[in-house]
Amino acid sequence: MSRAHVRAATAAIAATVLFVSSGCAGWGGTEGGSGGANSIDVLMVNNPQMIDLQRLTADHFTRETGINVNFTVLPENDVRDKISQEFSSQAGQYDVASLSNFEIPIYAKSQWIAPLDDYVKADSAFAQDDILPSMTQSLTADDGKLYGEPFYGESSFLMYRKDVLDAQSIQMPAAPTWQQVADIAARVDGKQPGMAGICLRGQPGWGQVFAPLTTVVNTFGGTWFDKDWTPRVNAPEFKAATNFYVNLVREHGEVGAPQAGFTECLNNMVQGNAAMWYDATSAAGSLEADDSPVKGKLGYAAAPVDRTKSSGWLYAWSWSIQQASEKKDNAWKFISWASSKEYEELVGQQVGWSSVPAGKRASTYENQDYLKVASAFAEPTKNAITSADPRNPGVQERPAIGIQFIDIPEFTDLGTQVSQYVSSAIAGQMTVDEALDRGQRLAEDVAERYKSRQEG
Amino acid sequence: MSAIATTAPAAVEKKKSRGAAWLSLLAWVIGILFVLPVVWMVLTSFHGESDAAQNPPAVFAPITLEGYREFFTGGASPWPPLLNSLTASIVSTALVLLLSIPAAYALSIKPVKKWTDTLFFFLSTKMLPVVAGLLPLYLFAQNAGLLDNIWLLIVFYTSMNLPIAVWMMRSFLSEVPVEMLEAAQMDGANLVKTMRSVIAPVVMPGIAATALICFIFSWNELLFARVLTATVAETAPVFLTSFVTSQGLFLAQLCAAAFVVSLPVLVAGFAAQDKLVQGLSLGSVK
Repeated sequence: MSRAHVRAATAAIAATVLFVSSGCAGWGGTEGGSGGANSIDVLMVNNPQMIDLQRLTADHFTRETGINVNFTVLPENDVRDKISQEFSSQAGQYDVASLSNFEIPIYAKSQWIAPLDDYVKADSAFAQDDILPSMTQSLTADDGKLYGEPFYGESSFLMYRKDVLDAQSIQMPAAPTWQQVADIAARVDGKQPGMAGICLRGQPGWGQVFAPLTTVVNTFGGTWFDKDWTPRVNAPEFKAATNFYVNLVREHGEVGAPQAGFTECLNNMVQGNAAMWYDATSAAGSLEADDSPVKGKLGYAAAPVDRTKSSGWLYAWSWSIQQASEKKDNAWKFISWASSKEYEELVGQQVGWSSVPAGKRASTYENQDYLKVASAFAEPTKNAITSADPRNPGVQERPAIGIQFIDIPEFTDLGTQVSQYVSSAIAGQMTVDEALDRGQRLAEDVAERYKSRQEG
Repeated sequence: MSAIATTAPAAVEKKKSRGAAWLSLLAWVIGILFVLPVVWMVLTSFHGESDAAQNPPAVFAPITLEGYREFFTGGASPWPPLLNSLTASIVSTALVLLLSIPAAYALSIKPVKKWTDTLFFFLSTKMLPVVAGLLPLYLFAQNAGLLDNIWLLIVFYTSMNLPIAVWMMRSFLSEVPVEMLEAAQMDGANLVKTMRSVIAPVVMPGIAATALICFIFSWNELLFARVLTATVAETAPVFLTSFVTSQGLFLAQLCAAAFVVSLPVLVAGFAAQDKLVQGLSLGSVK
């Protein structure tokens, strides 16, 4: 061994010994590690709004309250895995997690997350009544208690190219029916080179094709389950809605529809490959961004309907506190700050008004600075969210909360499996009847398992 | 006939050199194929986000350090995860060497009774898919209060790499000629002296190769780290995944992060290159 080697080895050993003797569990966490009384640990999904939050926390929240926040940020699928592992075992490593309105009522039922009513009551500055009522409702569990606060929310609506429709002298109704939308799609299809009449998701996944499709099923009078958990997947209404959706996308939809999800449709719209798009309200921000070639060319109409008055979905990334957390007070302080009106203003000033985590507070839609940037879609977005009714989204009573999903743990598997058949139907490899008959059998299994779990 | 006989050696020679040329070409092609994704990663890491997302790819897009700046100063600091990975990898590799060399000695130079069974037992611990043990280990860690603790990962990485290290070290130690050991004994060298002056110089390349492989395995391990750590003991691979998002562009930044995270392994590999080549080809050429 040369002298340099010996020196390097000695240094490495010394560093290790130092580390070992410090009894430290790792290099992460802020002063005092995660055990520190004045720190909380937050597990959240890697969406741009969360990354902004992570950047702003130390200079604002920590400076004001003295509470250090340690973040773990993961991609959507990983964060869902990690959260369910963490919360089902009540490991207590994280105080706060980003959950959606799909998980919150389920987790609340299992008592994995803490009710927030007392905190809300004591924290008048938070102003719960400023939160859009449908959001509050979708984060309230069956026991009537509130278990989450939204960070940003979305519904669904119809986006269309005003210039393309004008060229054909077509007037889009403010609240179109699906039949009207199908007619317009037929009339504008191919009128510009490479431009499909409409873009609709066809990609398998409960959160992909079945998000828009379930809202169509709802408004056509269908449902996954009756009030008493009788599966209705191959009932006439469900079939009519699915046939309508599949035919529309096959006849006038985008190229590669069986693989098209949110991202693909967004690209189609931006590149001028589709004249209309029915999807999340949050897409409008990207379509109206400064570098978007279709900026200013779009109109926004309410989610198309058939038998119901409205049909938009409801989705919100929200904050919940783990039941096993020992720092619930500090956790609430963080939530109260992150979901506050002041935080939206902070983002508007520091990051830009188009990055504001919107879609949760009524006051956002009265903020002139925000409206200046979002004037085209702010009002339709707010209307879509406020008109969504997660307890009563169709024509019949539902066994569980949810618009574009049924809020039971089994739904993710069921929805994803059936979506694969529907996607095959869009690809023309299977008829819709065949797809839904198979779906019905899967739904029967789920109903049986769910009921026996409830009884057991 | 005689004409053929005289020209044959030259033809064979020619054929041989042509074969060698083809072989070296093939080696180059395979080598380039393997290194291409890495080169691509490095190139992308120096591009802007919108250039990185282009299809067909924009190879000659302007160079920027934005991705690296984001990595080091953007959101969370990358240093704690990097230090955690370094700690876990170095300590577990040291432990593995400490345990595997004596074990390998007892399986090759002075074989214990039923040494083949022992060797097979070591290997059999690698037959269970890692993921099968994940849930019990998680529950154990939770009950023992060892979640989010780098020492738990060190223990796991040590035990995961130990069988491989024992097998590798055994084959390296088997290369030590018995005559050398006998000669050392005849000269009155004791065990420690024999180990240090006779065995160590011969198997040093083997030790380097083993250490590097254990280091790489621990450095790159994601499954355990993702499940068992949170904010304190988070390792670099887990930190890497945090750059993937379902909304917005992330390729350039992710490539920059991936390049920085793979640097320590690259450096260790280059530093040990000559030893490594000796070590990895040891035993294959007899």
